[in-house]
Amino acid sequence: MTPLLFLEQTLNGLQLGVTLFLMAAGLTLVFGIMNMVNLAHGSLYMMGAYYCATLLQWTGSFVLSAVIALAGAALTGILVEVVALRTLYSRDHLDQVLATFGLILFFNELVKILWGPIAIFMDIPGFLAGTVEIVPGAPYPIYRLVVLGVGVLVAVFLWWLITRTCLGMLIRAGASNREMVGALGVDIKLLYTLVFGLGAALAGLAGLMAGPLYVVEIGMGDSMLIKTFVVIVIGGIGSIRGAFVAAVIVGMVDTFGRVVPAMIGLTPSIAEMAIYILMAAILFWRPSGLFPARG
Amino acid sequence: MKTVKHIDLSTIFVLALLGLFAVLPVIAVAAGQEFYIGQFRRILIFAIAAVSLDLILGYGGMVSLGHAAFMGIGAYVVAILNFHADEGTLLLGFIPGSQNILVTWPTAILASALVALFVGLISLRTSGIYFIMITLAFAQMIYFFFVSLETYGGDDGLRFPGDIPFIDAATDALYEAGYDPVAAYESLFYYLVFAVFAAVLYGAHRLVNSRFGMVIQGCRENERRMRAIGFFTFRYKLVAFVLAGAIGGLAGALFAAHESFISPSIMHWTRSGDLIIMVVLGGMGTLIGPVAGATLFLLLEKFLPDYTEHWPIVFGPILILIVLFAKCGIYGSLLRRHGDGGH
Repeated sequence: MTPLLFLEQTLNGLQLGVTLFLMAAGLTLVFGIMNMVNLAHGSLYMMGAYYCATLLQWTGSFVLSAVIALAGAALTGILVEVVALRTLYSRDHLDQVLATFGLILFFNELVKILWGPIAIFMDIPGFLAGTVEIVPGAPYPIYRLVVLGVGVLVAVFLWWLITRTCLGMLIRAGASNREMVGALGVDIKLLYTLVFGLGAALAGLAGLMAGPLYVVEIGMGDSMLIKTFVVIVIGGIGSIRGAFVAAVIVGMVDTFGRVVPAMIGLTPSIAEMAIYILMAAILFWRPSGLFPARG
Repeated sequence: MKTVKHIDLSTIFVLALLGLFAVLPVIAVAAGQEFYIGQFRRILIFAIAAVSLDLILGYGGMVSLGHAAFMGIGAYVVAILNFHADEGTLLLGFIPGSQNILVTWPTAILASALVALFVGLISLRTSGIYFIMITLAFAQMIYFFFVSLETYGGDDGLRFPGDIPFIDAATDALYEAGYDPVAAYESLFYYLVFAVFAAVLYGAHRLVNSRFGMVIQGCRENERRMRAIGFFTFRYKLVAFVLAGAIGGLAGALFAAHESFISPSIMHWTRSGDLIIMVVLGGMGTLIGPVAGATLFLLLEKFLPDYTEHWPIVFGPILILIVLFAKCGIYGSLLRRHGDGGH
C-alpha cells in the first residue's frame, strides 16, 4: 500500500467513523439514560436522508435543506417517542425490540409509499464539489473532508453539552439514577423526550450527510444500525467517549477491511465480517466494552 | 403443562391445532388444493425454529436477535453437501458431498450446534442489551460469511437438487399404485417434516419439564438466586443455547430440502426478528404458542399482500399494539383465562 493510498483510506475510515459516531451518540444516550433498545434509530437516519433529498429537489440549497431536514428528523424522533416509545421505557428489552422492530416495518413501508421503491441519488452540493490536495499529488474530495469536520465539531459540541451545561448535568444524572432526578423536581419525561429528539437529530444528520456519498434508499439505515450496535457494544453502553473511540476504530477496521483483502486476493465481502470479529475479540476480553459507563 | 382435569379452552386449542397439522394433506388433497401442503410444510418448519427459539427466549429469558443464523447454517450445510454430491466434487478437497438425509441432516445439526457453542461462549458472558446486540452481530457475521462464499452463489444463493431419495422412491411406488404423483410427493414430504416436528415438540416438552428445564426457567426468573443456591447457571444457559441452535439448524436443514434453494436472505437479521414475533405472537414460554404464532405469522405474510401491497405499514403498528396490550400471545391468553398463568 502506497503512503498516499494509506492516507486516503485513513481519511475515509475517519469519515465513516464520525458518521458512525453521530448515530452511536444518540443511541448510546437512549440506552444509557432510558435503558431502552431502539432498533428504529436506523429509520431516523433514513428519514433524515429522505427529507434532505426531497428538500434539495425543491429548494436547490443544500444548507437550507440540511437544516430543515435536521429539524424534521428531530421532530419525527420526538413524535415517535411521545406516541410509541414513551410507554416502553418501563418494559423489558424484548418488548422494546419487538415494538421498535414494528417501527422499522412502518417506516420502511412509509418511505416506499411516499417516495417510491426506487433509490434517490443526491448530488454533492456545488460549493463542496471537487477535490483538494491535502499533500501534493493526493487529491481528496472536499465533501468528505467537510463530513469529517462536521462530525468532529458535533463530537466537541456533545462533549461540551454533556460535561459543561446544565442539560448535560441532568442527562448524566438521569443516567446514574433516574428516580432521584425525578424526585428532585426535574421533569424527567421532558428530559427523555429532549434527549430522544437530540439523538434523532444526530441520526438524521448522519443520514443526510451520507446521502450524497452513498445512495438514499429504503432500508439504508438498517445496516448502519447494526454497525452502530457494534460501535456501542465495543465502546461500552452509555458512554459517549467510548462511542467516539469505538466509532473511529470500527470506521478504520471497516474501511481497511475492504482495501486489504482485495489487495491480497480475497473477496471484498469477507471484509463485512471484520468488524464483527473485532467485536467478538474485544468482548471476549472485556464483556462490557472498552469504557463501561456503569459498574 | 400440568395434568388437565377438565377439558378447557387451551386444551381444545392444542388438540385442534395439532389435529389440523396431522390431517392437513388429507383435507388439501380432498379439496384439490395441493398448494396448501407446501405452505403448511413451510409453516411446520418455521414452527420448529420458533419452538427452538422459545427454549432460550421464553424459558431461558435470553433475548437472542440472531436465531435465524442457525437456521441458515443448517440450511447451507444441507445445500452445500447436496451441491457437491451433484457435482461429484469434494468439499474443501476431502469431504465428499451427500444427498442422504441421514448424513446431511445430522451434519447440519452438528454444525449449527458447534457454532452456537462458540457464539454462546462469548455472548452468554453478557446479559441484557449487550446480549441482544451481540447475538445480532454474530448473526450478521455469519450472514456475511455466507454472502462471501461465491462458490455457493454468494448473495444470489444456490439452487440444488434437494430430492430426498426414499421419498422419490415411495412417490414412484404410489404413482404405480395409481395415485397422483404431485399429491403423493407433497404429502409424503409433509409427513416426514411433521414427524420431525412432533419429535421436536415432544422432546422440548420433556426438556422444559425436566430438572434442566426448571433450572433454565429459574435463571429467567432470578439468575443471581440460582447461582446463590449453587447452580453454575452459565453452563445451563450455554447448553440451552446450543440445543436451541442445534434445533434451529435442523429446521434450516428441513427448509433447504423444502425449497431446493438457499440464499443468505434466510438469515437476514429481519428473519431473526420474525422468529421472535412468531414466538411472542403465539405466547412465549409455552410450546404450542410458537407453533400457533408461526402459523398465524406465515399465513398473514402469505395472504396480507393480496389485500394491500403495503401491509407492513399496518403490520408494524399492530405489532406495537400487541406488545403494549396483548403480551401473552394467542395461546398464552387462553391459558390465562383459566387461571393457569401465561408464563
